[in-house]
Amino acid sequence: MIHAAFLIPILPLAGFAVLFSLGRRLGNPLAGWLATAMVAASFVVTVIVFVALFQQAPAHREFTQSWFTWFGAGRLRVGAGILVDPLSMTMAAFITGVSSLIHLYSIGYMKHDEQFPKFFTYLNLFVFAMLMLVLADNFVLSFFGWEGVGVCSYFLIAFWFERDEAASAGKKAMIFNRIGDAGFLVALFLIFERTGSFEYTTVFSRLGHVGTPSLVAIALLLFLGAVGKSAQIPLFPWLADAMAGPTPVSALIHAATMVTAGVYLMCRINPILHLTPDAAHVIAWVGAVTAFVGATSACAQNDIKKVLAYSTVSQLGYMFLAVGSGAYVAAIFLMLTHAFYKALLFLGSGSVIHAMDEDQDIKNMGGLARLMPITGITFLIGWFSIAGVPPFSGFWSKGDVLQNAWAVTPALWVIGAVSALLTAYYMGREYFLVFLGERRWTEARPVADGHDNEELGHGLHPHDPSWHMSLPLVVLATLAALGGFIDLPFHPNLVFLERWLDPVVGPSLLQTHFSVGQEWLFSVVDAAIAVTGVLVAASVWRASSSRPALEPRFLFMAWFVDRGEDRFVARTSTALASFTATVVESRIVDGAVNGVAGVTRWSGERLRRVQSGYVRNYALGLVAGLVVLVAYVLVRVGS
Amino acid sequence: MTASAFGPILTAGITGGQQAFPFLTALVLVPAGAAVLVMLLPRSATWAIRAAGMAASLAVLGIAAAVLDQFQAGFGGYQMVSEHPWIAPLGISWTLGVDGISLFLVLMSAVLFPVALAGATARENPKSFTAWVLFLEAACLGSFLSIDVLLFFLFFEATLVPVYFLIVGWGHERRGYAATKFFLYTFAASAFMLVGIVSLVFIHQGQTGVTTFDIRELASTHLSGTADIVLFLSFTAAFAVKAPVFPFHTWSPDAYGESPAAGSVLLAGVMAKLGTYGIIRFDLGLFPHAVVVLAPLLLTLGVIGIIYGGIVAAVQHDLKRLVAYSSLAHLGFIVVGLFALTGESLSGAVLQMVNHGIYTAALFLLIAMIYRRRGTFAIPKLKGLQSSAPVLAGVFTVVMLASIGVPGLNGFVGEFLILSGTFLTHRWWAVAATGGVVVAAAYFLWAYQRVFHGKADPVAGEAPFAEMTWREALVLAPLVVLIVALGVYPQPVLERITPSVDALVLHVEQVAHPRIPLAGQPVSGTLAARTSTAYSSSVTLQLGTGGERTLATRATGRETKGART
Repeated sequence: MIHAAFLIPILPLAGFAVLFSLGRRLGNPLAGWLATAMVAASFVVTVIVFVALFQQAPAHREFTQSWFTWFGAGRLRVGAGILVDPLSMTMAAFITGVSSLIHLYSIGYMKHDEQFPKFFTYLNLFVFAMLMLVLADNFVLSFFGWEGVGVCSYFLIAFWFERDEAASAGKKAMIFNRIGDAGFLVALFLIFERTGSFEYTTVFSRLGHVGTPSLVAIALLLFLGAVGKSAQIPLFPWLADAMAGPTPVSALIHAATMVTAGVYLMCRINPILHLTPDAAHVIAWVGAVTAFVGATSACAQNDIKKVLAYSTVSQLGYMFLAVGSGAYVAAIFLMLTHAFYKALLFLGSGSVIHAMDEDQDIKNMGGLARLMPITGITFLIGWFSIAGVPPFSGFWSKGDVLQNAWAVTPALWVIGAVSALLTAYYMGREYFLVFLGERRWTEARPVADGHDNEELGHGLHPHDPSWHMSLPLVVLATLAALGGFIDLPFHPNLVFLERWLDPVVGPSLLQTHFSVGQEWLFSVVDAAIAVTGVLVAASVWRASSSRPALEPRFLFMAWFVDRGEDRFVARTSTALASFTATVVESRIVDGAVNGVAGVTRWSGERLRRVQSGYVRNYALGLVAGLVVLVAYVLVRVGS
Repeated sequence: MTASAFGPILTAGITGGQQAFPFLTALVLVPAGAAVLVMLLPRSATWAIRAAGMAASLAVLGIAAAVLDQFQAGFGGYQMVSEHPWIAPLGISWTLGVDGISLFLVLMSAVLFPVALAGATARENPKSFTAWVLFLEAACLGSFLSIDVLLFFLFFEATLVPVYFLIVGWGHERRGYAATKFFLYTFAASAFMLVGIVSLVFIHQGQTGVTTFDIRELASTHLSGTADIVLFLSFTAAFAVKAPVFPFHTWSPDAYGESPAAGSVLLAGVMAKLGTYGIIRFDLGLFPHAVVVLAPLLLTLGVIGIIYGGIVAAVQHDLKRLVAYSSLAHLGFIVVGLFALTGESLSGAVLQMVNHGIYTAALFLLIAMIYRRRGTFAIPKLKGLQSSAPVLAGVFTVVMLASIGVPGLNGFVGEFLILSGTFLTHRWWAVAATGGVVVAAAYFLWAYQRVFHGKADPVAGEAPFAEMTWREALVLAPLVVLIVALGVYPQPVLERITPSVDALVLHVEQVAHPRIPLAGQPVSGTLAARTSTAYSSSVTLQLGTGGERTLATRATGRETKGART
């Protein structure tokens, strides 16, 4: 059954092909159902392959399927083929699973959109690209998926392209990603130069000949790619802007799957990171600082989705903190649980946005829990999960990350713990402002700024969405609540995920040897942090909806990183480009050409006065004479 | 130098003697004959003129397809050579041949000419227009196929005339200035090449007593260091202007911008490749030593072109000029690939010449469709086109993504091969060139946003922007299919390109570094010894333990190559 693995990416690709050619004819909702069915089928195949792989002995859980030679010249060969191993199958399982749910949700969410079939066309293409990214057996094919998801992200952020902010956000996402991709590309060249191959297994088997400086360069250049894709400092501002896309896109691409590609890549190259502890430290510190910056910025946002966006930046930072600490299992564990609870929170916010007629400002909401019980309760589970309240999933996964960070240096643990406290707090703030407290909206309020103008003038009657949207909420809430049990501490028999991933990530960079007592201590501290955050949020936001002191402008502006980059990088380069085009190009480079032409014309006119006749005849004679003369001289020189 | 292994490889071509049909000669004579035929038709017979033009260019495509069919993959020398003495006392002959380097340039041209005729034909005076386009096709194909240097030069120069008249006759407002600038600039540069050709032949005659313009013979000419460099520069002057290479590019935004659509398509798609093709065929074939010495200079110019072209493209207000500057950047990549002198980068450069021809032609056709509807190329005057023309916008998006090198579409493979090959010998140039990848995304996406995104401002009396017609879609379809096909599975193309490129790399290495023994050097090896150290050590280890797939194929590849030489 393991040979069916090729179907995993091919099914969504087939869905894309059908929707691309027949999407408009299939229409709404058939196009959506087809797309959902293809991804769900892919999930089924994934599970079958997963089980087949599980039945192998741990040492034999690696299987390569070569399709064809993509391209090759000289000694360079790039194949198209997939690598089935515990890491790639874990990724494929959660990608297809979460994608199926979000596809289903989108059938309801995009119901009134004119471009309904197009949305699902892009969505299927995205799932294909994402699966190629994680299943590829070589770096270049992963890069194909990497760029593919970037392009789909561009399409989907700019999906409502008539809105200027959506169009700009799409472009911005792609350009920020490309900056990282340049690093990825140079890393590929270096890998090829040093190992003569791109295949993961071959490259890793030749690392001994590479040399430490090159290894560090490779690790950091690939990390630059990850920084772009996974929105780390300094390339994170695009993710907040990306919220201009439809909410299911934010859930799927900008929370659960694509943005975790950088974490996947870092886990995939763990044999390289093993050999470059310095690079690993850089990754850990960038991750920790990003976790803090993201968490603080999330505390002051008023857009329901921007809170979640900065929260995602912060959570991705935790994942890199784990990677940099050598705790790859913890990184994957957090990635999985984060996919569950963050997708849940985004889908819940989509449900709220629908109920509020496209208004996304949490200051205009309040008291929705009673009117939308399913959304309210599932969102609460999402909040407790991300906050790390036991026994919800985030408690176990974030605890794992923090514990490993402590093993590297307590300073990293402190940053992580403070950010954890803030996480529990900012999500509490959002929960209270949206679902509890007094209603700050009226039923007669007109639409603030919606694309769906047909509902303008209708009253506001918030209610839970249709079953397409509710079912994914319930499933994701269940996973978010119970997902932590796939990797429990306390006993070696309970660390299922760690034992499953062991053949790929091997022994950790830094073995963490904590006694059971210490493990308990960490757990109690983590729990206390989470509960404190929840209680602080409750005491501050239960009764009021505005606390300017707690929402400073520099946090609202996300530490002014975006504005700084815009001022100092974007505008400077635009000015430089204008200067180059108007002065260097027109006056100097082209000016020289026109100057030569002018001098020639001037002398030609003098000549014309001397001789009456056709200038071109003389010119021809001149050229011919010149040719023979110069040729003669050259021959003398040459012989 | 002594006769290198290159000469025998080239001369051992499969000569055209056995062939019943002179395919290559037909490739040149069919369009030329059709041009004459069209000139004989009455001016009013518009329909017959168009049909004749289309039929002739499609016939050329058919012949080119037959050439592809006859072409033997895995062989590096010239194939289907047809040789006829022409001006025998001077050693000038009608010698045509095709190898992996020229094969796909011929095919690409054969595709682009009917596409240009179908998609961008002129409404006024179609007779002269069709005749000039067919004449241009004959000249371009002749250039790609000539093995005789003088024959090449004649074809190369002959391309100027039809383009000049196409710009003057059917161009936009500043056509006079643009056409004159184009003609004088490229013509002046070509004069240097003519000097070079004549000198080279004299030198060769002095050494061997034989007067010949055959590149296969001239390749074994022994040149002193100075003469080598001077001759290289004289040839390169012509090619650098034609391509264009920074800073000799300023004619191109004017010429591309003021040309009629067909002119832009053919100038950027086909004629730009005459410059880069000239570099690989004549510079690398005839002056390997000078190429090695001056490679850093040309690599630097290529990299400057990549970054500079991208930066200037970013602030253009005219779509055609934007594509012109983006072409400068893309040709910079090709130039970098050529002068990095590795098997990977050269194969990538040859492939990229084809790729660039395809997507740039598609871009100019799309821009012509916008112009037909709105009468402007000005970006600030266009907005929100995607709302009413989603298919046109979608095709534009695919072509744009191909041009910024998104994997899965054709631009990526060429760029990736060029850069990874260049990295082996000229690391920092490759790194700088990679920066161009970011710049390309920035200027193209920004332009796309301004033209296609947003809400169209309704103008009184102006119809909404019309969607792509079936006819337009049909014209673009072959190009889009090629963009995807060459992105997903370019290997059959590369398999035909690489043997010729590998032979050329070997030739350059042996002439430039004659002391390196043949046996110890990988076919696609790199010039700088330092770069291959890390890999070679791993090679020996791997071979010691029985080797693995890629190394095994490499070894056999070298063996067959050795057998041939």
